[in-house]
Amino acid sequence: MTLVFEHSMKRPQRARHTSSVQKESAIVDGIDISGHWNKMYAPREITAYDPGALDRVTAIPGAESMGWCYQCGKCIGVCPVDNVGDYGPRKLFRKLQMGQDLINNPDLWQCTTCMNCLRVCPKEVDMIKIMPAVRAQAVLDGTNVPQELQDMFRNVAEYGNPMGESARKRVRWAKDLDFEVKDLSKAPQPVETLWFVGDYYAYHGRGNDAARAMARVFNRMGVDFGILGSEERCDGDSQRLAGEPGLFQMLAEHNIEQFKKHDFQHVVVSDPHAYNALKNEYPKLGGAFTVFHYTQLLDQRLERLRPLLTKRFEKKVTFHDPCYLGRHNGEYDAPRALLNAVPGIQFGEMIRCREQGYCCGGGGGGMWLDGFMSDHVGERLSENRVREAVAVGAEVLAVCCSYEVSRFEDAVKSTGNEGKLQVLDIIEILDHCMG
Amino acid sequence: MKIAVPLKQVPDLVEDLEVAASGTALDFDGLKMKLNEFDEHALEEALLLKEASGAEVVALAIAGAEADRMLFTALAKGADKAVKVSGVDANADNHALAQAFAAAIGPLGADLILTGVQSASDRDGQLAPLLAARLGLPCVSVVTGVQPQGKAVLLKKEYSGGVMAEFEADLPVVLGIQAARQTPRYAPVSKVRQVQQSAKLEDFAASGGAAPSQVVKMAPPPRGQGCKMLKSADELLAVLKEKGVV
Repeated sequence: MTLVFEHSMKRPQRARHTSSVQKESAIVDGIDISGHWNKMYAPREITAYDPGALDRVTAIPGAESMGWCYQCGKCIGVCPVDNVGDYGPRKLFRKLQMGQDLINNPDLWQCTTCMNCLRVCPKEVDMIKIMPAVRAQAVLDGTNVPQELQDMFRNVAEYGNPMGESARKRVRWAKDLDFEVKDLSKAPQPVETLWFVGDYYAYHGRGNDAARAMARVFNRMGVDFGILGSEERCDGDSQRLAGEPGLFQMLAEHNIEQFKKHDFQHVVVSDPHAYNALKNEYPKLGGAFTVFHYTQLLDQRLERLRPLLTKRFEKKVTFHDPCYLGRHNGEYDAPRALLNAVPGIQFGEMIRCREQGYCCGGGGGGMWLDGFMSDHVGERLSENRVREAVAVGAEVLAVCCSYEVSRFEDAVKSTGNEGKLQVLDIIEILDHCMG
Repeated sequence: MKIAVPLKQVPDLVEDLEVAASGTALDFDGLKMKLNEFDEHALEEALLLKEASGAEVVALAIAGAEADRMLFTALAKGADKAVKVSGVDANADNHALAQAFAAAIGPLGADLILTGVQSASDRDGQLAPLLAARLGLPCVSVVTGVQPQGKAVLLKKEYSGGVMAEFEADLPVVLGIQAARQTPRYAPVSKVRQVQQSAKLEDFAASGGAAPSQVVKMAPPPRGQGCKMLKSADELLAVLKEKGVV
């Protein structure tokens, strides 16, 4: 299915058991050691490969670890893309070793940076560093960057969100609430919690549902919170991983400047990508704040939350671990604590859960590469995951990353499971239980 | 070959446009500006000509909200020089802009001047013919496809009704670009930021003239009868019955 060899690559001579290759007698340093147990061959070319392709990658700062692979193949077993296609670090290494370029190649854009490979790699070949570094090179050179991704970069650069919507409409979702959300860009005031809402909560229909649920839950719990309003921009993490570190820096600098204008104790984020950015990347640019994912904040205040969950939610629920909360940042328990506090819930795990969670396909730029990926995978990662949720008997697939709701709802439809599986952000379930 | 590309900023239509309290202009406060899309095509065509046969591309913009961004982006895409022209408001009408651009372009000795065929903010005519008149040069507008041919260029010009004409124009000439040969390239922010550190914008001081026309009134178009959103098939049926359709 996949093109393995480029035409320009020199194919190695196949070693053959012929007399032209095997010598008549075995003479080493003048001593005849011939015998049926000793075979001597004329020097064979075992490397007719161009090492240039691999060297070009390992020369890129951040991509050095690509050269450390010793091809054990543990990564292939856990790579979510290989599960539905033909991919993984070992395969990429082998292709590079045989002279196939990675920079101008569709292989460069398939990795979702889910980190399952790094989790198991004995040599610490770090795709989370390699892919962004090589992609940044491709983006700078303008080499065959998928058009879908370029369109997304353009929207984020121009409007501060991937949808290409007006920055001024970022607070539109809050209009339908029957209470005021403190918009710090309009009325600066000290708050305990600065809620970084995020693009998908702000602009996507299903994200709006979750955003309103979040505001209602915070309100009922007496959380003292405010938002950056139309001054908030995309967190930039996926853009960084997809090859635009300059765009990430521009967004981070803007957001950090906004944060610094205000007086707050901690930042709470709606989605794990913002969590990863604010926790691990923003400090490198001078923006170090205490940051929680919303499940962590609510888990901390669980004893205040629990008595408010009065309405029962008697459904069979399973949970999808988001790669950027789970594997990348080690948080598996907070979402589960919240779900297990839901009255009437019947919670069950999927087989690929916690560290072994199966990626939804949205990370590392994948959110904006589904068209491109359709040429390379048999089914979408999100479709594969939805099938798993249905297979374990779930009626509800609970998530806590705003990328996932639309991905899984699409997959429910495209796998013919409409009506059988509901996809809900955890915050929507909690909001429901608050009556 | 030297190619000059004057770039205009226009209001971004992603925002809701509102008329200012004066009633004679847009409310620019909080309006997002961006590069005129047709000018982006003009720049793309210039860069393609450069890549095909080697040329020097000079981008120009009137000093204003978007000037720096437009010019550094042009440099990041491959333009060789960028000139920021001061002396006139970046949101002024095309007559004023043509005067300022002509003053800056004149000394360049450009063979080709490419600019967008039109823009959303054109009120008093298009920039390309006004610029050509000021420079005393010929102008062909609504151009797709520019092929240099020695001291001339072969052009395709679009007319309405699907009619296309081929022109041969002697250089120098001003062209109003309808569309470039391919979608304008994306300039990665990473590249633009690099360019911002390394490149410098040139300055040119021009003087604008008095506008030959003034806006006396600007207002949104009058609302029609409006549209009622129906929520169900029953509602639709009721309406159809009411109107006597069924």
